[in-house]
Amino acid sequence: MINYASFDTWWWPYVFIAVAGWLATDIWRWLGVLVGNRLKQDSAALTWVRAVATALLAAVISKLILYPSGELRAVPVELRLIAVSAGFAAFLFFGKRIWIAIVVAVGLLIGGQLLLGSGLLTG
Amino acid sequence: MSDPSGQRGVYWFFKGARGITSLPAIILMSAFVGFCGFAVEAGIPLGETVFMTGMIWALPAKVLLVGSILAGVSLPAAFITVALSSIRLMPMVAALIPEIRTEKTPTWLLLLLSHFIAITAYVFTMERIQDVPRAHRLAFFAGFGTTITSANIILVAVIYSTVANLPAMVAGALFFLTPVYFLTSIWASTRERAGHIAMIIGLALGPLFHQVAPEFDILYAGVVGGTLAFVADRVWKRRVGS
Repeated sequence: MINYASFDTWWWPYVFIAVAGWLATDIWRWLGVLVGNRLKQDSAALTWVRAVATALLAAVISKLILYPSGELRAVPVELRLIAVSAGFAAFLFFGKRIWIAIVVAVGLLIGGQLLLGSGLLTG
Repeated sequence: MSDPSGQRGVYWFFKGARGITSLPAIILMSAFVGFCGFAVEAGIPLGETVFMTGMIWALPAKVLLVGSILAGVSLPAAFITVALSSIRLMPMVAALIPEIRTEKTPTWLLLLLSHFIAITAYVFTMERIQDVPRAHRLAFFAGFGTTITSANIILVAVIYSTVANLPAMVAGALFFLTPVYFLTSIWASTRERAGHIAMIIGLALGPLFHQVAPEFDILYAGVVGGTLAFVADRVWKRRVGS
């Protein structure tokens, strides 16, 4: 099977990225344009499409928190959930200001790890 | 002076470009620092990392592509993995297009500019587009989209050699910024009740479908959650109306 390391030339990885990355994402954008061009503003169909888009994004959000990539995986899942919930609660409570959610959530995430690391809490 | 509407267009293009200093843009750039670290760790060379940033643009698709490269999967398998995870771009683009086009907007221009649509550009535009005159919405979006994409391409190229020295705790926090930001900004920018219901159902269905059908979880959660929210909203409206 042809994979990323199949050919020892400088250009092959770029072809691989163009096909498996660029083409695989932009075909959906092009289809979205063709569909979106037919949707009338304030129509029920557009409300449905918007609801689907929102639910998709919400699913991405919960997956980014529950099944993260990179260094975030090392943080206990309970701490991640507490941090994001407290951040969202603070956001709702203090007039829907996004930066408040970020300060609270990231503060708890880092503070919680420092506490866990210092052994003050046993996780 | 001979073309006042063209000049207004330039004004709105730069107004959109100025979005580079907005909170969503700054969060996205932090997330790109996190991605760049991930690419370095995976052994993807500088040129390819920069190329990916510009050509794919959607961050989750890039993370998946790097994962596929690491796993040594075949080209068709990598294509299918990335394509399946990117289906979500279609309803996002379809929802955004009616907001930014006019009767006269040529389709080829929309096809070209659609490349700059990813979650951040979607959220940023949906949040602010109501305050932009319809004739200039496409210019506003193009200004933001091209600027933030170029800025992140440059950012990735510049930090590539130093990003490996980032402390693990900071790198983890960078990955955490994105979901917190998406959660709050989408909630704040959603104008309809159907959207808020969709958000709550989607949050719950994402992990649920991940257990049942991990390959298609986002797609199922979106279609099922969005449809449930849409129907619930209709029923609610009818009850209150009658």
